[in-house]
Amino acid sequence: MSDPKPAPAPQQGGSRATMKKELPEKYRDHKHVWVFIEMERGVVHPVSFELLGEGRKLADQLGVELAGVVMGAPGEAVNNAARETFAYGADVVYLVEDAVLADYRNEPYSKGLTQLVNTHKPEILLLGATTLGRDLAGSVATTLLTGLTADCTELRVDDDKSLAATRPTFGGSLLCTIYTLNYRPQMATVRPRVMPMPERQEGREGRIVPFKMDLAESDIITKILSFMPDRDSNKSNLSFADVVVAGGMGLQSPENFQLVKNLAAVLGAEFGASRPLIQKGWVTSDRQIGQTGKTIRPKLYIAAGISGAIQHRVGVEGADMIVAINTDKNAPIFDFAHIGVVTDAMRFLPALTEAFRLRISPHANDRLAG
Amino acid sequence: MHFVVCIKQVPDSAQIRVHPVTNTIMRQGVPTIINPYDLFSLEEALRLRDKVGGEVTILTMGPPMASDSLRKALTIGADRAVLLTDRFFAGSDTLATSYALAQALRKIGETFGPVDIVFAGKQTIDGDTAQVGPGVAKRLDLLQLTYVSAIVELDGESRSIKLERRSEGGVQVLQSKLPCMITMLEGSNVVRRGRIDDALRAARAEIVTWSAKDAGIEDLALCGLRGSPTVVKRVFAPAARAEKAAQVEIAPTQAETAETLIAAIFAKAPAIESDLTKLAAGF
Ligand SMILES: Cc1cc2nc3c(=O)[nH]c(=O)nc-3n(C[C@H](O)[C@H](O)[C@H](O)COP(=O)(O)OP(=O)(O)OC[C@H]3O[C@@H](n4cnc5c(N)ncnc54)[C@H](O)[C@@H]3O)c2cc1C
Ligand SMILES: Nc1ncnc2c1ncn2[C@@H]1O[C@H](COP(=O)(O)O)[C@@H](O)[C@H]1O
Repeated sequence: MSDPKPAPAPQQGGSRATMKKELPEKYRDHKHVWVFIEMERGVVHPVSFELLGEGRKLADQLGVELAGVVMGAPGEAVNNAARETFAYGADVVYLVEDAVLADYRNEPYSKGLTQLVNTHKPEILLLGATTLGRDLAGSVATTLLTGLTADCTELRVDDDKSLAATRPTFGGSLLCTIYTLNYRPQMATVRPRVMPMPERQEGREGRIVPFKMDLAESDIITKILSFMPDRDSNKSNLSFADVVVAGGMGLQSPENFQLVKNLAAVLGAEFGASRPLIQKGWVTSDRQIGQTGKTIRPKLYIAAGISGAIQHRVGVEGADMIVAINTDKNAPIFDFAHIGVVTDAMRFLPALTEAFRLRISPHANDRLAG
Repeated sequence: MHFVVCIKQVPDSAQIRVHPVTNTIMRQGVPTIINPYDLFSLEEALRLRDKVGGEVTILTMGPPMASDSLRKALTIGADRAVLLTDRFFAGSDTLATSYALAQALRKIGETFGPVDIVFAGKQTIDGDTAQVGPGVAKRLDLLQLTYVSAIVELDGESRSIKLERRSEGGVQVLQSKLPCMITMLEGSNVVRRGRIDDALRAARAEIVTWSAKDAGIEDLALCGLRGSPTVVKRVFAPAARAEKAAQVEIAPTQAETAETLIAAIFAKAPAIESDLTKLAAGF
């Protein structure tokens, strides 16, 4: 992916765009849209289904097939994953079954995926921007010597059929659209929850193409000695919460962040924060919302004292309703919020908490979170 | 042992401003810092050196002024710094960057002794792609160990390394071999403050400065803009929603304003009221 930093000032069809030549001969037979189906411990990561939803649209526009790449040890888990991949829209599943793929390791996965790409030649390859996806995408793209755009927020097929991948660029309020014009496949990663979850179609079927990779356990140097699963109780459920309340620098002190937690407690909501609060150590990093934190898609998002920088915006735009509380009526957050309240969050949050308490849980007394 | 840490000099994001009219980034006067994620890798390299002996070399590719960051890394305790700088590198995307860095790492190995571990940051705060580390690993055929939360054991004799790595649902304990490329997770260690003698040494230290040619790069077509498969075609401001946020009228008391807001939310999305009642009850 381009480090978009050296990008010139905003421009119409700028100089770099004119570098397009004819696609080299060796890439002409690259067809179809692929999604890497990420599995850890036998469970498919939801981001893979979100990508199948996007991939379906791209494949339809290009008039090609949508394929899912399922890799893992032989067994029930990969068969389930293949079934789910069809249910979420794929026409084809490339099934790479091998004991060396039991748990994720870079060596066998990057070799396997590279061999598969070289054999079956996709035009577009999408992966989740998770720890696994980022680890894998970077090495596969380098081996294939092709372009990779990280953390896209929008994927489109352009008039000339190339993939237009949009992502936030450094420094505040800008987005940039990146192309991989003369190389194939065009690779991109997307963070979980950025794209909507498509409808699951029970009983939808497709074609399975098995693929044998030539790699033995003795060829692989890195060994997994053990695995310590996270305790679920430690994790915030921000990404999947229906209601989220978040605070930003407008709260001015760590003590005032309690006001956000209080409102969240009354609503049965998860709480989150903008990045500076994490950097200051007021809130733990699993609570960060935005480009480098969690992406959320709640039914209701209430943001207090958050300006609405692009890196925050891309993490919350999937919310059905955004309510912003900010003293500055020109704050960028009002450009994408649905309802705005121009007022002091420190005075307003307690009043809102009380009003909600009376309205939705009149019998609740003092259940405010500590 | 020889540890090399790749660092990048980045603008201090806390102080970045965007021009309100042209939407371009205003770089003038923005101070630069070492990419914060790189410091955890630097610290880990220094700890390993202090434990098993050897040297820590710092490598950066960037404009001449990136030597500021190299000098900073020397004051923290690194032994040697290499600046890779050439106008041919301008406009590099991650593929071109990993090529240039890999060539420089080869040259470092030839010049200052074989490299055992290359460290990179988890990601940068400006590019934010997490691709350069894996790219370098692939090009040099190093084992790739990203998102490492702890290095448990390094055995120089058998050239084996044991470490803990963050994966999606937990922590993997891995056994691997040198040479390898490691990226450290933020917070996995506490970055030291340099000692006085390191600061004095850093002030006088000579920074090894290489052009593309010095680093043994012959094919300039693999560098910079020409060597970058990705093309930034358009930079633009995100569109505002068609209608701006509906502003809730501010009443004389906060309580009344709160009532108005709640009514507005429920009017726009009636389903939310029952959702909230259910959620609040279940909590
Ligand atoms: C590579 C990169 C990645 C990033 N990733 C993220 C990310 O994932 N998530 C994220 O959030 N940010 C991210 N950022 C940072 C982002 O650019 C902004 O700096 C950040 O979101 C700003 O946080 P804020 O809105 O809380 O603070 P500010 O921008 O300082 O805004 C504070 C707001 O509070 C308002 N205010 C002040 N007083 C009050 C009051 N009494 N009551 C109500 N409102 C008040 C002000 O009007 C202002 O709008 C990233 C930046 C970079 C460069
Ligand atoms: N120009 C550069 N010079 C040296 N190291 C770099 C450079 N760019 C990236 N890196 C390294 O690669 C890591 C990941 O960068 P990125 O892919 O931009 O997120 C950084 O943390 C650095 O360790």
